[in-house]
Amino acid sequence: MRVGVVTFPGSLDDRDAQRAVRLAGGEPVALWHGDHDLQGVEAIILPGGFSYGDYLRAGAIASLSPIMTEVVDAANAGMPVLGICNGFQMLAEARLIPGAHTRNAHQQFIRRDQVLRVENASTDWTNGFAEGQEITIPLKNADGRFIADDETIKRIEGEGQVAFRYVGVNPNGSMDDIAGVSNARGNVVGLMPHPEHATEPGFGPDMPDAMSSGVDGLTFFTSVIERALSK
Amino acid sequence: MSTENDRAELIDVRPEGPKPDTTADAAATPDKHQPYEALGLKADEYAQIREILGRRPTSGELAMYSVMWSEHCSYKSSKIYLRQFGQKVSPAMTKDLMVGMGENAGVVDVGGGWAVTFKVESHNHPSYIEPFQGAATGVGGIVRDIISMGARPVAVMDQLRFGAIDAPDTQRVVDGVVQGISFYANCLGLPNIGGETYFDAVYQGNPLVNALAVGVLRHEDLHLANAKGVGNKVVLFGARTGGDGIGGASILASDTFSSGGPTKRPSVQVGDPFAEKVLIECCLELFRGELVEGIQDLGAAGISCATSELASNGDGGMFIELDDVLLRDPSLTAEEILMSESQERMMAVVSPDKLDAFLAVTAKWDVETSVLGEVTDTGRLVINWHGEEIVNVDPRTVAVDGPVYERPVAYPSWIDALQADTAATLPRPTDPEEVRAQFLQLLGSPNLADKSWVTNQYDTYVLGNTALSFPDDGGMVRVDEESGLGFAIATDANGRWCQLDPKQGARLALAEAYRNVAVTGAVPAAVTDCLNFGSPEDPEVMWQFSQAVEGLSDACLELEIPVTGGNVSFYNQTGTKPIFPTPVVGVLGVIQDVAKRVPSGWQDDGDNIYLLGTSSLELDGSAWAGTVHDHLGGRPPAVDLAGEKQLAGLLAAGADQSLIAAAHDLSDGGLAQALAEAVLRFGVGARVYLGELLERDGLDVAATLFTESTGRVVVSVPREDDVKFRGLCEGRGYPVARIGVTDASSQSLEIQDVFTVSLDELRSTHRGTLPARFGATIPQ
Amino acid sequence: MPTIVVEVMPKAELLDPQGKAVVGALSRLGRQQFTDVRIGKRFELTVEGEVTEAVLADVRTLADDVLSNSVIEDVVSITVLDAAPAV
Repeated sequence: MRVGVVTFPGSLDDRDAQRAVRLAGGEPVALWHGDHDLQGVEAIILPGGFSYGDYLRAGAIASLSPIMTEVVDAANAGMPVLGICNGFQMLAEARLIPGAHTRNAHQQFIRRDQVLRVENASTDWTNGFAEGQEITIPLKNADGRFIADDETIKRIEGEGQVAFRYVGVNPNGSMDDIAGVSNARGNVVGLMPHPEHATEPGFGPDMPDAMSSGVDGLTFFTSVIERALSK
Repeated sequence: MSTENDRAELIDVRPEGPKPDTTADAAATPDKHQPYEALGLKADEYAQIREILGRRPTSGELAMYSVMWSEHCSYKSSKIYLRQFGQKVSPAMTKDLMVGMGENAGVVDVGGGWAVTFKVESHNHPSYIEPFQGAATGVGGIVRDIISMGARPVAVMDQLRFGAIDAPDTQRVVDGVVQGISFYANCLGLPNIGGETYFDAVYQGNPLVNALAVGVLRHEDLHLANAKGVGNKVVLFGARTGGDGIGGASILASDTFSSGGPTKRPSVQVGDPFAEKVLIECCLELFRGELVEGIQDLGAAGISCATSELASNGDGGMFIELDDVLLRDPSLTAEEILMSESQERMMAVVSPDKLDAFLAVTAKWDVETSVLGEVTDTGRLVINWHGEEIVNVDPRTVAVDGPVYERPVAYPSWIDALQADTAATLPRPTDPEEVRAQFLQLLGSPNLADKSWVTNQYDTYVLGNTALSFPDDGGMVRVDEESGLGFAIATDANGRWCQLDPKQGARLALAEAYRNVAVTGAVPAAVTDCLNFGSPEDPEVMWQFSQAVEGLSDACLELEIPVTGGNVSFYNQTGTKPIFPTPVVGVLGVIQDVAKRVPSGWQDDGDNIYLLGTSSLELDGSAWAGTVHDHLGGRPPAVDLAGEKQLAGLLAAGADQSLIAAAHDLSDGGLAQALAEAVLRFGVGARVYLGELLERDGLDVAATLFTESTGRVVVSVPREDDVKFRGLCEGRGYPVARIGVTDASSQSLEIQDVFTVSLDELRSTHRGTLPARFGATIPQ
Repeated sequence: MPTIVVEVMPKAELLDPQGKAVVGALSRLGRQQFTDVRIGKRFELTVEGEVTEAVLADVRTLADDVLSNSVIEDVVSITVLDAAPAV
């Protein structure tokens, strides 16, 4: 399955996302922000990083890139789209998913291995998990606080659009401990933590049995491949 | 209006500025006053320049010489000593060395067609003035050095030394520096894999911010900073040139401006990591396309440095049209442009037939580019401005053959008394309760306490190749995803030991960095250093410097690992009081498969714990002496480099055969601290028994726990590998003693007949110190 | 050339932690009389040509769609300056 990973100026985790796709058995396709060509991919990842230096607002300028026209059209037509960290910020700026992001509540960049609860296991990117499953995924950002007005929060909670919630520690002050959300249809998912950093044994978060052994993130990528195969 | 007038308006859009000082003017007006002292040049240096040129220098040439002949750029006070690193070299040391000292960074062949380049540099003074930007641009600068070798940067590490943790100004500096490094390195997408954070009042008015970067490249991608090939184009690309960091140039501006006072120019450089990230990707694509003949990054002294160095290293001649420099600030004078330290700029030498392809790549990445000139065969660096020649020099006289000083050296008047004041006579606790209390006091002391407050602000995951990072003894990164080939790197320095004995202190720093690499399972291969000292005009400081370089170079020869490059930072003083001599030594090692890496703490229950090495009473300059007794005196510990080599070989073999589950070297705080850290690493307890050690080494309990003898490592070995491990030690003849067993259920560190401390108490003591001072953030 | 100034502030109901941090700093400097600080952004758009109604309408759209994120920010003012702003 061809999974596109878009590189914007300042993208940092694009190569890691490509590796994750490969490890999951997919074929990563490098897409360029300046093109209008999705190269026939069947799913898209907007990776983490500091696109455009977070100028204006994190993800704002990237969300106006030429390729975002095609990404938005594809998302509206049902293509699975995953936004990781900066990618989540881009999806929010592009209004593909609700909410917005501000600076972490404690005002610093934080990197930690974060426990998340999978709240919605039916999206294109989470169907490999069980609902309520707890997973450990690295988190690393400075502007990760998820916020939305009361009405929006009520709606996404009510409609099951909360995809992940922070467990134990809320590392950035996100409302309702929301770590990731999906669109109503469930094909577009955005989350702050980085699943691509928990896909390869020996390079993932420390787990109780062994250091660096956490690979909970791999399921994101196998989920979308499984879903495509089953269609 | 006539077309002639229109054209005139179009040509000159800049505000009225001073008429440029041309070479013709310089020849015609030999007695014109020039503010060379204000620019930092001595009278004899100015006379030397006049002699070299056969006339007075133009303002532009004066600016270039003044900045390139400064201590920071020319190494004039240190050159005669640094030669030792190049001289004390054996064939064994250079066989894997692809690029040694003298280039932007050293390059080591690590096998499989891969090479690793690394270097450490200082950015001390800017980080005191403006901690955030100083630290940020320090990262930017060292990363550009790595790119200019043709490598992709893959990791950074920082060695930070601040004033006393409870002094009011320290928080300002700590906050700014850590945020600056976090901001810049995270934005570049580089994992921070280790380093040091240290507090001592001696650094109060002069913090040390050293930045290290590592890059990876294929052999064939190696690029050097030379301008060869007459007719090749000289291209400046990256950020536009503005008024950053040209404090000195404004003096020239004020001197030559006929109207008004001095222009206000910021003396701090401001960094834009996004611009640098784009520059990295752009450069890598240029390298892939083989579009670059030579490349140099612009750091200190900006265009002055890049042009003179590229020209000196190449065919010796270059012509530059300074008007073609893209400016952020159109009011800059020619001198300011030459001296500007605007960040995120590179200079490349491009053959004419590849220029279009080069420009296409920079355009793709939206990196502004301008062709400034070309390589010539005249042997002169000629720079024009507004159609007139303002610089005409032999570039070697600017960049290479600068002044060489033989500063006066004086044996310090205070050192004999200091060395006589040994810590051996300080009262040591005999009551176990007191031993326990002192152990906890050390564990929670600022320099031994947990540094997560700092390191949680750094990305360690980006690029997906980090095999080890803090708090392990060395950082380790995978180079080849197929074979698992990787490198390990560690840095070390001990200013207190160097104050007691700079030669020994430097040897000890090398030994420790070497040992830190060895415990990860890697084989040490090369060295970089950042030598932080006081004023070279202080003969006692020069004595310290000469001793340290002698000690370090001798030690490198004994360990058979070469210094590949580094940095000297002088003038680290507060008033007339110098800092402790603080040579930071970095060691790079190679591991064939990162899967064999060894962490610094144990994860499993029931492993045997061994102590490699022997101990003697060596408390002088120790963390115990400093924290418990506020004492600094005596002589630093002995170091047996042949023994360290043996130990390293043993550890490499042990790792390779997967016999060692954990290895942690003993340093500050001695055995007690090492055990605590090994327990805290994964939260697995231990039961330790000192009986065999007490008998073998003849020390009392407190001395056994707190002495800082070298050549010692604590390891944990799975039961099933015990026999093989002992056989390995015996075969290598290295002293080893079994001292205990890991115990997951105990949730404590128990030192039998001495004390037991629960994991909870260990954690709260170790982790509480920095958040209590600098503000609690996120619980771990 | 004329300049159009757009000012954007975080929404009133939003917590502004940076503003809070500044209040704390002012208080530590003995200025307890400042009870709140909110931090926003000021954009200065240099316009080539005249500022017509069409240009202003365009700026209003850009202010809402690009210069601010209406989920978390409000455009609080749009002002035309005739000359370039003083440094």
